[in-house]
Amino acid sequence: MTGSDQAALVAETIDKLLADNPPATTEPKTFWGAQFDAGLAWVDYEPGDGGLGVSPKYRELVSRRLNDADAPMWNRMANIIGIGMGAGVLAAHGTKEQRQRWLRPMFTVDEVWCQLFSEPGAGSDVAGLATRAVKDGDEWIINGQKVWTTLAHLSKWGMVVARTDPDQPKHKGLTYFIVDMESDGVDIRPLYQITGEAEFNEVFFEDARIPDSQRLDEVGEGWRVAMTTLMNERVAIGGNTVPRGSGTIGVAVETWKKSGSGEQSDRRELARLWGEVEAMRLTAMRATENMTAGVPGPEGSTGKLAWADLNKEVTSFTVSMMGLEGATIPEGYTLEPTVYGTRMTERVLSPQRLFLRARANSIEGGTSEIMRNILGERVLGLPGEPRVDKNVPWKEVPRG
Amino acid sequence: MVDAITFAKSDEQTMLGSTVRDFLEATVDFDAVREMSTTEDAMDANVWNGLAEMGLIGLHIPEQYGGAGFGATEVGVVFQELGRKVAAVPLLSNVLASTAILSAGTDEQKSRFLPEIASGETVATLAVYEGAHDRAPMAGEASLMSRDGGWVLNGVKRYVTDAPNAGVFVVSASTPDGVALAVVPSDASGVLVAATNSLDATRPLGEVTFNEVSVNSDDVMADASGAIAAAMDMGVVCLAAEQVGGAQWCLETSVEYAKNRYQFGRAIGSFQAIKHLCADMLVAVEHSRSVAWHASATIEDAKESAIAVPLARSVCSDAYVKAAGDTIQILGGIGFTWEHEAHLYFKRAKSTSLLLGSVDSYRDRLADAVGI
Ligand SMILES: Cc1cc2nc3c(=O)[nH]c(=O)nc-3n(C[C@H](O)[C@H](O)[C@H](O)COP(=O)(O)OP(=O)(O)OC[C@H]3O[C@@H](n4cnc5c(N)ncnc54)[C@H](O)[C@@H]3O)c2cc1C
Repeated sequence: MTGSDQAALVAETIDKLLADNPPATTEPKTFWGAQFDAGLAWVDYEPGDGGLGVSPKYRELVSRRLNDADAPMWNRMANIIGIGMGAGVLAAHGTKEQRQRWLRPMFTVDEVWCQLFSEPGAGSDVAGLATRAVKDGDEWIINGQKVWTTLAHLSKWGMVVARTDPDQPKHKGLTYFIVDMESDGVDIRPLYQITGEAEFNEVFFEDARIPDSQRLDEVGEGWRVAMTTLMNERVAIGGNTVPRGSGTIGVAVETWKKSGSGEQSDRRELARLWGEVEAMRLTAMRATENMTAGVPGPEGSTGKLAWADLNKEVTSFTVSMMGLEGATIPEGYTLEPTVYGTRMTERVLSPQRLFLRARANSIEGGTSEIMRNILGERVLGLPGEPRVDKNVPWKEVPRG
Repeated sequence: MVDAITFAKSDEQTMLGSTVRDFLEATVDFDAVREMSTTEDAMDANVWNGLAEMGLIGLHIPEQYGGAGFGATEVGVVFQELGRKVAAVPLLSNVLASTAILSAGTDEQKSRFLPEIASGETVATLAVYEGAHDRAPMAGEASLMSRDGGWVLNGVKRYVTDAPNAGVFVVSASTPDGVALAVVPSDASGVLVAATNSLDATRPLGEVTFNEVSVNSDDVMADASGAIAAAMDMGVVCLAAEQVGGAQWCLETSVEYAKNRYQFGRAIGSFQAIKHLCADMLVAVEHSRSVAWHASATIEDAKESAIAVPLARSVCSDAYVKAAGDTIQILGGIGFTWEHEAHLYFKRAKSTSLLLGSVDSYRDRLADAVGI
């Protein structure tokens, strides 16, 4: 298909979806099901997997058109780990049966997903993880502890990386599974965070069982699959082509208008930040364009780092603009597990809460230090640091 | 508008960039540039003549007036390369002056003034600033009074780019009917040019005094405030591209050095303190590139360029100043020497952020444009 044929196909399919399922009168889940079946969930995926097999650059067109039509789009938020990362992993490493089993209910939020990588002893160094999986017939028995598992308390499925061979060097002895979070031997406990909510959890595996049919890719290939997950995560976090002026910079502008000091210096700083955010947004657009033109450039990997730093700056400045009001927090800290996707409360969207939440941006999905290492080494080709854990069997690497 | 944004360059544009890059790589001699930096009227004649031969001096001037008829994207492509080599040529001044003429002049005036600017025979520059803190420069104190069927110009313009090398000044002044631009040859009687020692010696500045200078009425363009604003915006597009090119040089130079300089038995680029400065520089360069391209691609779209121009100014200025400073840090002592090129970039970066109005004034514009 030529570019213009693809564009026409996508546009017609959107028209038909909207005509057959008017957003105003269609239940969100029904709409998402129809969107998936029409191939507009991830347009670049194969037909049957929620796509039309066209260039990924049309994802933006779909989002924009659906957004303009007021179609429900909060499935992306409610199932952020599934739709933002899990889908990409399934597309790259899943068998046809696995894709057909999981993609549709993921997209319709009938089944929420979580990501079980981090452990108390393995955060940045996730390849050092200790959770064990041992083969038992056509099942795997899994034991260990995961931590910071976002949305585990609401999830049906978890992407888990476990060690299947401790005698291999750390990157080699890992295997990737999809675990049923409702199965026996999986214990989920909320972990409260700086905002008072619990988005994330601790997850304990005690002789939990995973059918071998829920293994992704080969035994021992877990690191490769994990890397796909992390790449998708970083794009999901930093590479989004969101509407101009939306998100926390939009909150900042609103705050300036509603409760700003009126000082020229504040206005300038806000304009500067608005410009930095817009530069990041244009860079993400450029990256998408180049990705589809087949020349992925450095602009594709800067988003996560740029976003973390900027979002912290923007949200902190927003609270400063509020003056003394910034020293308050709506509704206080009520410790409760987070439920995404329902109506956001005033507290959740308040500048103070966004300010607190932003501290995680430079930690979650790879810390900013790690992102700078990656940019420096993989993109700019600077030498790595001396390593004490290379080519050493995992069980002999110091931990703590 | 932004929805349909495209950053892809045509093959011709990419070719243009590499042609100019190859030419500058072969032509710019940093020893000579350092030498020039001790003078008040630096101008790299080899580069200027080469650009003239390639037909690139009047790059944005329509063909009917002797130019190449390129759009702003091509202008950006060329300026990016010039910035990458801190080329000491008065092209910015030429673009400022000719954009003002294109915008305010009559057909007859364009046909008369533009061809020799386009050919590079005459360096033209825009003389609008009078005080160090002028924001949107208009007439200032300078005045044009009518006398004997013509005009008489009086005033002092400062921080005029390339003044020491200019053959023609396009000067803003007030008339009883508003702001006008007068086209005045530098050798006209009553014109006094004093070079100013400039922080970035590769872009000389000067003060130009007009004392009872007679100007033909044919040489005056009335109702010129829009033309001055258009010239400034075009200047920002040029400078933003130049800032990207300069910052890109900083990144390449820093990374190259960090790979090859060893201390404590390791390449310094393996130290995170250095690696992370480079990573941040990469982010800043990519962001600058996005906004600079966007500004050149949308210059004809009044609504979008009201955002894109101040946006480019804000982002590219901070990015280049920081990149040039960090480059010196990464290079260590050698980066502080006169012998190394780093200081040429550092000076260019700082001075660029001050030309054509303060970065803050553009942030004010940006705030206006986006409704802050
Ligand atoms: C809100 C939130 C949600 C999360 N959700 C999930 C999730 O759903 N699933 C999941 O698996 N994980 C999740 N995480 C975990 C997250 O991925 C880890 O916290 C992160 O990778 C850092 O690991 P750590 O906390 O163990 O810190 P550490 O790795 O111990 O890092 C501590 C400090 O040391 C620095 N450091 C470590 N190594 C290096 C190095 N080589 N060079 C320089 N500095 C270094 C770090 O940058 C950091 O500053 C979440 C975290 C947060 C905050």
